[in-house]
Amino acid sequence: MTHHSLSSISIGTTVHVCALYHTGPIRRRLLDMGFTSGAPVTCLYQSPAGDPRAYLIRDTVIALRREETNYIEVM
Amino acid sequence: MGLTARSLIRKMRLHQTTTNNVQSADTVIALAGNPNVGKSTVFNALTGMHQHTGNWPGKTVGNAQGTYTYKNKKYMLVDIPGAYSLFPHSAEEEIARDYICFGNADTTIVVCDATCLQRNLNLVLQILEITSQVIVCVNLIDEAARHGIHIDCDTLSQLLGVPVVATNARRGKGLKELTDQVHEINLNKKPASPMQITYQPAIEEALSLLIPRVQFLEKKISPRWLALRLLDSDDSLFQTMNRFWGVTLTEQKEISIALQKAKKILNENLIDETHLRDTIVANIYQTSESICNKVVRHEIENHHKHQLSVDRFLTNRMTGIPVMLLLLLFVLWLTIVGANYPSAALSELLFGFQNSLSSVCYAIHMPNWLHGALVLGVYRVLAWVISVMLPPMAIFFPLFTLLEDVGYLPRVAFNLDHCFKKCCACGKQALTMCMGFGCNAVGVVGCRIIDSPRERLIAILTNSFVPCNGRYPTLIAIITMFFVTRATGIFSTAMSALLLTSVIVLGIVMTMLTSRFLSQTLLKGVPSSFTLELPPYRRPQIGKVIIRSIFDRTLFVLGRAVAIAAPAGLIIYIMANFVMNGGSLLSHCAAFLDPFARLLGLDGVILIAFILGFPANEIVIPIAMMAYMSTSTLEEFESLASLRTLLVDNGWTWLTATCTMIFSLMHWPCSTTLISIRKETKSWFYTVISFLLPTITGMLFCFMLATITRLLGGP
Repeated sequence: MTHHSLSSISIGTTVHVCALYHTGPIRRRLLDMGFTSGAPVTCLYQSPAGDPRAYLIRDTVIALRREETNYIEVM
Repeated sequence: MGLTARSLIRKMRLHQTTTNNVQSADTVIALAGNPNVGKSTVFNALTGMHQHTGNWPGKTVGNAQGTYTYKNKKYMLVDIPGAYSLFPHSAEEEIARDYICFGNADTTIVVCDATCLQRNLNLVLQILEITSQVIVCVNLIDEAARHGIHIDCDTLSQLLGVPVVATNARRGKGLKELTDQVHEINLNKKPASPMQITYQPAIEEALSLLIPRVQFLEKKISPRWLALRLLDSDDSLFQTMNRFWGVTLTEQKEISIALQKAKKILNENLIDETHLRDTIVANIYQTSESICNKVVRHEIENHHKHQLSVDRFLTNRMTGIPVMLLLLLFVLWLTIVGANYPSAALSELLFGFQNSLSSVCYAIHMPNWLHGALVLGVYRVLAWVISVMLPPMAIFFPLFTLLEDVGYLPRVAFNLDHCFKKCCACGKQALTMCMGFGCNAVGVVGCRIIDSPRERLIAILTNSFVPCNGRYPTLIAIITMFFVTRATGIFSTAMSALLLTSVIVLGIVMTMLTSRFLSQTLLKGVPSSFTLELPPYRRPQIGKVIIRSIFDRTLFVLGRAVAIAAPAGLIIYIMANFVMNGGSLLSHCAAFLDPFARLLGLDGVILIAFILGFPANEIVIPIAMMAYMSTSTLEEFESLASLRTLLVDNGWTWLTATCTMIFSLMHWPCSTTLISIRKETKSWFYTVISFLLPTITGMLFCFMLATITRLLGGP
């Protein structure tokens, strides 16, 4: 299994969260939303500009910007 | 600049009142839960109140409260804003956290969304760490069943150690059981022993050092939870605790010694602060995962599929933005078409009644001046406000509420986020902007959903760039009178809607440009993070939406407009008829303002109307018409066409009309909005800025347009 960032996966694919490389409040926010290690994430669709994108995590759809998803390591 | 955004937000936090004095009720119940799980629906169903609901996270800002009586006991229900967790990220999440911790509620009902129980349990488990007096309400159980999700509430109750009730609050299902449980739990006051999360040995060891030190607060809050927060260095919590209880834990010597020891244990086990937080959250999620594995049964694999195609269409690169604009156009078109007939009928009725009123006045020999002031002043302005303002409002509000109920607004925020990011602002500003379409004051308060203080201020200061419901009728009237006169039938209304849409799009563009301007000058900074939940679409309760939005919103706003229009009508009548130095007071004032107003492409009367319309934008056009009528010989107006004649006779050209529209879009916020801004920012400085920003922008805009047109030889 290769490791890469959540921002690099293509639409429709499902991956699992490995680690977060954020610091501060956003790290906590992502954890609270369920981005804990091992959680499955699916990229569902993107906004007209391509960023942000919508992800399915723990049965909820959450929109995240590239700035955030760059620092979410998945496999 | 004396105030930085940071110091400002600190002030905001300190001023927030989180507990409410509730002496009248026997028992206080807090209603907590993730955003957009139907807390307000449960609240309304239980209390019979009409707290506004909508399908998007962050609808409830601040605590709402209501009462209900069950078996001769009076219960006070407090609806607190939605929160994902008790580690607050935004102002409104902090209100929620503070209420759960310091609100002294007898029982907390945690409302969960049955369609995504796992994430909701994160909050349930956190609340269970604080208090055992909890009832879990699994709401939206029918929606979950439609998606093939079945939840075994009995097992869930056994696992959590607290009562669990399944409800569908929209249809009133399960509410009886819920009130029963609330009654039961408060009758027996039996100490529940809810599920506790066990952390890894090193953390538990550290906790065991701290728990005895905070045991003295046992009656108020769980010592174990407090110890966890001490380890976690949750400073904002301890500040709030100091404010509510006057307890400064971190300054107590034995606690700080114990804390040092505890942190040493963590350090020895290579657990730093970030790691600790991660571990805590991960532990909670592992627990909720294992609970869900036992209680949730999925019949259909990917239940999001059918919503996915709708979303892909509404957010597509090709269709996303055009569909958004078409929807706006369609809503405005319906408003214009729908308002035409009732508007004409109302004005015929009300102005017909004016004649009867006058004949009554003559019959009872009322003095002429009194008849003038009451009938020609107060009554006529009221009649105008009602006939011009009521129909568009009564159509636009329900339509807008329907879009809100379906869940479309978060998609707008999703589509526009990229633009807002480029302006160093938050995509959620699109949500508060949409609320501004209804009422700017509501939009300003709604800015609490924005996490970053800087971005929240930007959203507050720029909110009045989108026209509120009170300004549409002005815009519609001017467009109909001056820009689509030659067209007829459906083409004419479509043209009007198109022009109105362009005005609104201009407002949106200006919102973005001023946001960008602010983030490069007064409120410098980089865009912060953005996380937005996109809730599933829900079928709106059409009948309920229409009734509620007419009764709660339209009539309320109209009532406010009428209350202000009456005295304003009187003032303008007196000004028009009080003669001194060879002219009426009105003509003197208008003449005084006229040179400046002409620079802006307006005239003195229009500017006076805007100034008198400061308490409510709805009355601007009626006041201007009153003023024109009192100085002109024309008396009767049945339609917009005759009104157009009146305006043209008073020197209106297409330039005057355009500049009035632009000035209506961009001028000072109404007094209610300014009061909200003052309340939300706790700063006079930013209140003044919010006044000046649109005013100066609008004036510059009008000035440039008027000057360029005149240079080019226009009117």
